[in-house]
Amino acid sequence: MAEPSTTLSPAPSSEAPAGRRAGLGDALRALELDTRMVGMIGALAIVWIGFDILTGGAFLTPRNLWNLSVQTASVAVMATGMVLVIVTRNIDLSVGSILGFTGMVVGVLQARILPELWGFEHPLTWVVAVLAAIAVGGAVGAVQGAVIAYLGVSSFIVTLGGLLVWRGAAWWVTTGQTVAPMDGLFKRLGGGFEGAIGAGPSWVVGIAAILLSVAAILVTRRRRAGFGFPVRPLWAEGVVILLVAAAIAGAVLVVNSYPLPIPVVRRMMETQGMSTDGGLPFVAHGFAIPVLMAVAVGVGMTFLSRRTRFGRYVFAIGGNPEAAELSGINTKRVMVMVFGLMGALCGLSACIATARLNAATNANGTLDELYVIAAAIIGGTSMAGGVGTILGAMLGAMVMQSLQSGMVLLGVDAPMQNIVVGLVLVAAVYVDTLYRRGLK
Amino acid sequence: MSGLAMAVPAAAPLVEMRDVSIAFGGIKAVDSVSIDLYPGEVVGLLGHNGAGKSTLIKILSGAYAADHGEIRVNGEPVHIASPRDAKRCGIETIYQTLALADNVDAAANIFLGREKLTAWGTLDDHAMEAEARKVMGRLNPHFRRFKEPVKALSGGQRQSVAIARAIHFDARVLIMDEPTAALGPAETQQVGELVKQLKQEGIGIFLISHDIHDVFDLADRIHVMKNGKLVGTARVSDVTKDEVLGMIILGKCPPGAVPGPGAAA
Repeated sequence: MAEPSTTLSPAPSSEAPAGRRAGLGDALRALELDTRMVGMIGALAIVWIGFDILTGGAFLTPRNLWNLSVQTASVAVMATGMVLVIVTRNIDLSVGSILGFTGMVVGVLQARILPELWGFEHPLTWVVAVLAAIAVGGAVGAVQGAVIAYLGVSSFIVTLGGLLVWRGAAWWVTTGQTVAPMDGLFKRLGGGFEGAIGAGPSWVVGIAAILLSVAAILVTRRRRAGFGFPVRPLWAEGVVILLVAAAIAGAVLVVNSYPLPIPVVRRMMETQGMSTDGGLPFVAHGFAIPVLMAVAVGVGMTFLSRRTRFGRYVFAIGGNPEAAELSGINTKRVMVMVFGLMGALCGLSACIATARLNAATNANGTLDELYVIAAAIIGGTSMAGGVGTILGAMLGAMVMQSLQSGMVLLGVDAPMQNIVVGLVLVAAVYVDTLYRRGLK
Repeated sequence: MSGLAMAVPAAAPLVEMRDVSIAFGGIKAVDSVSIDLYPGEVVGLLGHNGAGKSTLIKILSGAYAADHGEIRVNGEPVHIASPRDAKRCGIETIYQTLALADNVDAAANIFLGREKLTAWGTLDDHAMEAEARKVMGRLNPHFRRFKEPVKALSGGQRQSVAIARAIHFDARVLIMDEPTAALGPAETQQVGELVKQLKQEGIGIFLISHDIHDVFDLADRIHVMKNGKLVGTARVSDVTKDEVLGMIILGKCPPGAVPGPGAAA
């Protein structure tokens, strides 16, 4: 790019600064970082630092960040599915209601049906409950998807109907009664101190994640080099690996510096027969189980959208539905699968939300559809279809939750919180529109 | 009739559509049309906008299902109900709209619906990119933008991607719907060269166009349609451009052409 100007000037001294400037640009380009994603992370950093200053250092504490991650989990899980729905130029307004309905089903299953079968606190109760939630949610989603794909009713209408139908169905399961408490093991899916894995296992998870990321980066590099394609320079690969490793290790350090409450530690030690006389040790929370679930879903959904035929078809349909059809893709079946997947993820989120509340209520997940859609959109999913990333949507969910939790810390009234979140959503999409226009 | 058959050595046509009809809401878009195509032959399909040529060809490519009629490939009757069926018969189509998914890259478009998979069942993007580089190198040697969504490409580059997708999978029949409509003179010439090259490889090509000059340059024979009916069939050497214009506009069949059911009396 700089060549024409440098060839005009014969003096080598004038070439040097131009070369250095190009060098910096080249360096950034060599990293092949997604500028949008960097922008999102930057926005999240601004929100976090801003709230930390406004609250006098109450925001960026291990405790608040840990809670923030747990509160984000349920919406983040659903947002990954919403990305695929919106990428195919559809919308799903029923996710909050599906969450409410499957939550009730799961509550009744583990608090009433399964105990009759094998008694309370059976070790398999939580497994059956989670599988049932995924199956029921998936079936509900697939039915809606079939109506959309095969009967040709627009997804807006079908899922608007679904919003009412499944909320009504949630009430019908127990005619409005709240079901509580949940199974002890199931409850761990919701976080809380029982739902945290502790310091040691957190390091194991963190180091495994770092090793897997490095392996993935290196395998990709080797395959590209094997085909003789251009690859990132080695130093750039090193920088990317360092960034990834630092982010994961940082997360482990944060969750491992949030101690369990004193009474909990005392009780734990007493049950293990240890003396509590000589002062209590520092026992860390470590990662919360719902957060690990959300991260696992994120990784799985990213794999699905990038590395499988299904994912390729989802994006192709979003880019040009007619072209996808003419390529011989069974677009209707893909649509049913997308909505089925969305429903299954709602089922999983229902487990997280029900476990966190330790109760199944028919109002669970009310308005979640709006947070989920907002998370996907803030995360860069285009309403025009064809564009969106799983990671972006999860970051979007994080931004939404950060705003809410920051305003709670500041003591902002609930109505004002809604106003701010609504304005941020519109502003985020406007900024995104500007960004896209800049690309063309 | 017999003159036509003698001119081509192969016994059975590569593709034959017999008495094909399709109606949309009572309007007969294609009405008892019969056309054929031999190996290594370029057949132009001419007609006004709305004459039914695109519809006819969409039946062959599997986008529409005919209400009536028969399709034969190498003399064998085949059932084409979807684009997948057509591709299985070796019939590939380059649509006028190009039918590209704008948001994914060239390799993803070339292999759309026919992805290469790794032993794990995941997409083998590297292998697909490698083959895409090979086939694109043949069509458009300067093409380098393999990592960008095709939305970012120029008209000619997008055209190359659409052509690459059609010829990469051993097509025996190639349908080109207005292949040069969006192209500049240099690119149009490039497409012309490609048509000649493919023809030498024994591929049969249906060339749909309303530019009669293009068709006269490239085609061996023409079929002319008007109001959903076949006006007539002629060897390009047996008719003049003016006569063909008469067929397109008036439906009038000149002496050098074999009249069809749609010929004006």
